[in-house]
Amino acid sequence: MARHWWKALAILLLIYVIIAGFTIKIPIIGTNGQSSRGLFFHVPMWICMYTMFTISVVNSLLYLSKYDLKRDVYASSAARVGAFFGVLGFATGSLWATYTWGGTLTDDPKQICTAIAILIYMAYLVLRISIHDIDKRARISAVFNIFAFALLIPLTYIIPRMVDSLHPGSASTPGFASKDTDGGMKLVLYPAFIGWTLLSVWIYTLLVRYKKLELKNIFK
Amino acid sequence: MKQTVHQIYTLVRKDLVLELRQQYAFYGVLLYIISTVFVINLMMGKPDDKLWNALFWVIQLFVAVNAIAKSFMQENRGRLLYFYSLVPPRVFIAAKLIFNVILMMLMSIIALVCSFTFLGNPLHNTGYFVGIVLLGGTSLSLLFTVLAAIAAQANHNAALMAVMGFPLMMPMLMLLANVSLSAFVTVYQPGLPKMFLLLGGMDLLTIALTMVLFPFLWKD
Repeated sequence: MARHWWKALAILLLIYVIIAGFTIKIPIIGTNGQSSRGLFFHVPMWICMYTMFTISVVNSLLYLSKYDLKRDVYASSAARVGAFFGVLGFATGSLWATYTWGGTLTDDPKQICTAIAILIYMAYLVLRISIHDIDKRARISAVFNIFAFALLIPLTYIIPRMVDSLHPGSASTPGFASKDTDGGMKLVLYPAFIGWTLLSVWIYTLLVRYKKLELKNIFK
Repeated sequence: MKQTVHQIYTLVRKDLVLELRQQYAFYGVLLYIISTVFVINLMMGKPDDKLWNALFWVIQLFVAVNAIAKSFMQENRGRLLYFYSLVPPRVFIAAKLIFNVILMMLMSIIALVCSFTFLGNPLHNTGYFVGIVLLGGTSLSLLFTVLAAIAAQANHNAALMAVMGFPLMMPMLMLLANVSLSAFVTVYQPGLPKMFLLLGGMDLLTIALTMVLFPFLWKD
């Protein structure tokens, strides 16, 4: 039981986030209206995605140094969960954009770059499917994964900061950063970060266990 | 050190001589460029600036895929094994990178000349554009060489190369299309030097990653 306290914490935090996220009073600013509540769901998705992709790339690096197949299972599971959360983050962002930017898929650089980043990870998953030999698959996809991560950083951190974007936080718009976020929202936002991240780790551990069962002949 | 340079030189020369004798990639791609450009010409005559730019970079993308996929396709298993016994993997991939950059620069110039003849010349600043085309050709060839090396491991799957390559390619193409806009009309583009820096940085990143990771790919 002692090992599972964080799962209970994740559930409690998420219940709190979902209930409070839809009911607390938030500042109503311009076209944002009630849509600012998306913040509690949109930003944590990206944090989950980054956590997962980081786990994935670290395991890929470790795989290449030790050739331990377990590392490959970790890397691929993390990439899968990460891509899933990336899609969720993109979906929540697009939903918000529909009502504030006036279009679900705009030509905003941030939206395009994240779409590309997710596509790169989809390519990683497709690459995995297309190679049948387990060792070869592990090795080649580890190499590709490192490339993917190396491109993820310029795509989601550097390019969007260089060009003007409608996204909060770029150019002169307030960024929902610690300085300009309403105190009441912070009370929900920070638990949301922790809760969603824990949830993503939980899903990841489940996936790892499932994959290990699939390959139990190899792992013993 | 001297030996390494000599080995690289020999391998590049071998590829060049092979290409000169067989002219396998060259005529295939030449036909490809001319037919594409001609079809565009038949369909829309002389496109305007922005369209010209977009079409040119799309042509470049497909030329790169075709030209560089070929460079690994002709290396069958036995020959790769032979190289493996002769030279260290880093030397081999360095030679491939250099050869592909040379090949792609040539192809870029041909694509540019074809576009000028069939689609007209809307350029305002031709020298600048030629520079970007060469830079772009280098970037494209570097990245596709890596992808071709990965695809070669996965049984020379050309479709796989497209799936992996296009998402990885998109940020580079977006940057290239953006910086080349200045060649059409005199416009003020803020952040232009930064974009060049980013492009150069991506090239360096690709080279560094390839040099580090290729030995892992080759271990079979």
